[in-house]
Amino acid sequence: MSPMARAWRWFKEHLVLGLGLLVLVYMFVPIAVVVLMSFNNPGKSKNVYAFKSFTVHNWTHACQPAGMCHSVVLSLGIGLLATVIATIIGSMAAFGMVRHEFAGRSLANTVIFLPMASPEIVMGSSLLALFVATGFGGHLGFWTILIAHVMFCLSFVVVTVKARLTGLDDNLEQAAMDLYANERETFWRITFPLALPGILGAALLSFSLSFDDFIITNLNAGQSTTFPMFVYGAAQRGVPMQVNVVGTVMFVIAITVVLGNEINNRRQARALATG
Amino acid sequence: MARPGSKRYTGYLLLAPGAIWLGLFFVIPFYSLVSASLFDPNGSVLTGYHVTYHVANFWNVIKAYHGELWRSLWYAGLATFICLVIGYVLAYAIAFKAGAWRNLLLVLVIAPFFTSFLLRTLSWKLILSDHGFVVSTLRNLHLTFFMHNGHLLNTWFAVVAGIVYNFLPFMVLPLYASLEKIDGRLIEAASDLYANPFKAFFKVTWPLSLPGVVAGTLLTFIPAAGDYINAQLLGSPSGRMVGNVIQSLFTTTQDYAGAGALSVILMAVILVMVLVYIRRAGTEDLV
Repeated sequence: MSPMARAWRWFKEHLVLGLGLLVLVYMFVPIAVVVLMSFNNPGKSKNVYAFKSFTVHNWTHACQPAGMCHSVVLSLGIGLLATVIATIIGSMAAFGMVRHEFAGRSLANTVIFLPMASPEIVMGSSLLALFVATGFGGHLGFWTILIAHVMFCLSFVVVTVKARLTGLDDNLEQAAMDLYANERETFWRITFPLALPGILGAALLSFSLSFDDFIITNLNAGQSTTFPMFVYGAAQRGVPMQVNVVGTVMFVIAITVVLGNEINNRRQARALATG
Repeated sequence: MARPGSKRYTGYLLLAPGAIWLGLFFVIPFYSLVSASLFDPNGSVLTGYHVTYHVANFWNVIKAYHGELWRSLWYAGLATFICLVIGYVLAYAIAFKAGAWRNLLLVLVIAPFFTSFLLRTLSWKLILSDHGFVVSTLRNLHLTFFMHNGHLLNTWFAVVAGIVYNFLPFMVLPLYASLEKIDGRLIEAASDLYANPFKAFFKVTWPLSLPGVVAGTLLTFIPAAGDYINAQLLGSPSGRMVGNVIQSLFTTTQDYAGAGALSVILMAVILVMVLVYIRRAGTEDLV
């Protein structure tokens, strides 16, 4: 290979990587803006879409905007409950589908795929139509939001856990059975620990979907206000800078959890390789 | 993959809670939606709603809102295409060029999900605002043909840019999943057989990544067609999408019949497009 070709090849290899990294940078620009704006002091100016001067006031007085922290608490509560319920019943369904035989498998697959393939506005309006038709139209609030969130998180849990389970070597389970472990022991000592990373990933995904949802929630919330609904309402009048504090904190927590997990995985892999 | 000795009904029992939840709160609501679309349009919260098989609801909403419906499909289609192009570059870079950094980069792809969707969209409002660097740079470069009187905000461009941004991870993840499975030796073999890089890409890599392309375009197009946050926050009032209309019919005017009919039409249009697309792309396993 001539030096020219070599140089061309080097350029081409790094061109794709460079372009990919540019796309990633693009994905992070708005987040950088959120972090930056959490330190913004808009002063008397009505224009909340420009950085004026630096302050930590938004961080020290995070709960100043009326109703904001209340909406965050509501979102956290619904997020946690929806995550627990969806993760448990979704993982059960995934185990059932991968590890047991039953008729109607393709029907089950379709029903689980459909919520991911429906526009949120359609799912939200159908649920609202159901609540109105059954006389719950006047009782929209915490419980109707929770029902909706578990519904749209379920499919993502089933798909994530199923992917993990089908990737597992079932020889391990066979070996445990050969060594006279009964079904229950095999499940709790072999299958479940191996599936756990998939289940935790599904839980994390559920929580972020629930905490972030606006379209379905807005239709089924009644008088309750979740954090995304608070931001949407505020956007019509002028956003308090404190919403960026909430965004920054959520981002930092999530990144810490995910990166911590990644570092832990690397350490374990290294320990296995050397040990 | 049932193990011998596994009890016959365990599978059903495990599946039951999830199936019941989805049945009650996903399948049955569709029925309610369809019946709402056939309500007597004169019903209200006070007088109640009655199914009168008022099929004219459908014609009325099509007549009134075909512009918004068409605009939604057009914006979603354009945004999906742009997502495919830039998402493919990113997924390819992660799958083939990132080496040990693969997992870290994948985490970074989903990281934007952790700041609220609405906050990210509001950030775009700031980035694209008249005082932002994007507008001033474009003005300096005289790239103003897609701007409206020198503004970027409240144009179709801002809405499509917002949709592209918000749904990009839905494109990248399935693309990555299918690119990652490709055996790199196949691409080497193609170049050993004197295929140039472009030919190797279009004859080997692209066809093998098609399942990811199909899954990614669906997961981007479908939510994008129903989205209204981007149109609401970044677009102009005359550039509403069908989601805006459905939402305001439901919550503001409480015209459940019209909103139901429009939702059913949106779902039907999307289903038909998806079925045609899947048939043409020739893939059946999506999950």
